[in-house]
Amino acid sequence: MQDYFYILVSEVYKILFLLVPVLVTVAMIVWLDRRVWAFVQKRRGPNVVGPFGLLQSLADALKYIFKEIIIPASSNKIIFILAPIVTMTLALIAWAVIPFSEEFVLANINVGILYIFAVSSLGVYGIIMGGWASNSKYPFLGAIRSAAQMVSYEVSIGVIIINVLLCVGSLNLTDIVLAQEKIWFVIPLFPMFVIFFISALAETNRPPFDLPEAEAELVAGYQTEYSGMMYAMFWLGEYANILLMCALGSILFLGGWLSPIDIYPFDLIPSPLWFIVKILLLFILFALVKAIVPRYRYDQLMKLGWKIFLPLSLIWVVLTSGYLLYFDLLPTT
Amino acid sequence: MKIGRIFKTVLMVDFATGLLMAIKEIFKEKKTINYPFEKGKISPRFRGEHALRRYPNGEERCIACKLCEAVCPAQAITIESEERSDGSRKTTKYDIDMLKCIYCGLCEESCPVDAIVQGPNFEFATETREELYYNKDKLLENGDRWESVLAANIKADNPYR
Repeated sequence: MQDYFYILVSEVYKILFLLVPVLVTVAMIVWLDRRVWAFVQKRRGPNVVGPFGLLQSLADALKYIFKEIIIPASSNKIIFILAPIVTMTLALIAWAVIPFSEEFVLANINVGILYIFAVSSLGVYGIIMGGWASNSKYPFLGAIRSAAQMVSYEVSIGVIIINVLLCVGSLNLTDIVLAQEKIWFVIPLFPMFVIFFISALAETNRPPFDLPEAEAELVAGYQTEYSGMMYAMFWLGEYANILLMCALGSILFLGGWLSPIDIYPFDLIPSPLWFIVKILLLFILFALVKAIVPRYRYDQLMKLGWKIFLPLSLIWVVLTSGYLLYFDLLPTT
Repeated sequence: MKIGRIFKTVLMVDFATGLLMAIKEIFKEKKTINYPFEKGKISPRFRGEHALRRYPNGEERCIACKLCEAVCPAQAITIESEERSDGSRKTTKYDIDMLKCIYCGLCEESCPVDAIVQGPNFEFATETREELYYNKDKLLENGDRWESVLAANIKADNPYR
């Protein structure tokens, strides 16, 4: 009994030690996103609350907490309430397998990449549930678009991950990072990195693929009927997903926690810091893309996903495996 | 030409140039101002909150000619007048409904003695509608508060009238 209690407390402590920083980072990243966006447009962005406006997200959160939650009379109430909870939970539980350094990982399971893939695929349920339960036309259309879009791009992300796995020979995220000690996969698999980045934009409903919440056509897509804290939870989930995609990108292609140059002054920097820097750089790229690219039309989006990215990544799988077989470089495990 | 286009699309040349341009723009000077802390420049002709002015000896300028009331396209001004004990024509009531007012500046234009003017103040939002029904006291108080600015503005704008 004592032992059981001890394990429980230590696990909860570990989970909190991971989740609280992730949530704070999500709040900060909303600020960073708005700030980068504003700077590209020569505006100032949020700069009033706290130093450089850093506390803007906390002020927003406080506002959301005090706002009334409106549940439409004709909605399916249980699913309506469940949808934001599902979105946020699924966005957060995926962090369990993300390795911040060789030792610091909450659950070092040997099918980590599969787990992340499964959880991020489930993420579409939150959106479909939200859109359907609202019982209103714009959320419904937004949810349909979102579902189609996320499913299409998940396919090409899956094929891209196969490329990486061919070079690693393991589904464990720690092994994937350690396999990049000689060379980061971004160099040999650069086209795949670009496609992964674009698919990640589509997967997380970011501009230029933000059709599910295209405000000119669908008000706010599946979030239209949500208000107060439930809306904030959708937001948190969305940004946690974006952060997760950045983390996945840096693990798969940018060498995770590995430092770029393994010589004296650089190897003093703790490895989680390298990881965080890589995530932030990828996120700034996300934010810059939001500022410079116009929104895709729906048929263009589908064409890009199915007719260009899927064949391209499949061809690359053949090329990679052919190369590895011919030069006898297949990883042995 | 066609091949060049395909080359450009595949290598995402346009995207890369856009990205570089965006990064360059980040370090350029900002075009917006920190509004509540710094404010944009206002022309002397700016038509903001109304004010009734006085002569330097403290006498009200308004002679109750009711030209402003007549010209007001929104009919926001209401004036009542009476002969004062010293025989001069003065207003007993001078109300402006700031909610009806369209800030066209015709009252200021029509005034023969520069009594009713529109000042540079544009931050007079209130929490209730009633506070925006201005009466004579409120307008005279505005005039007293802004007099130095108002006089300077009228002087600056004079050559163009």
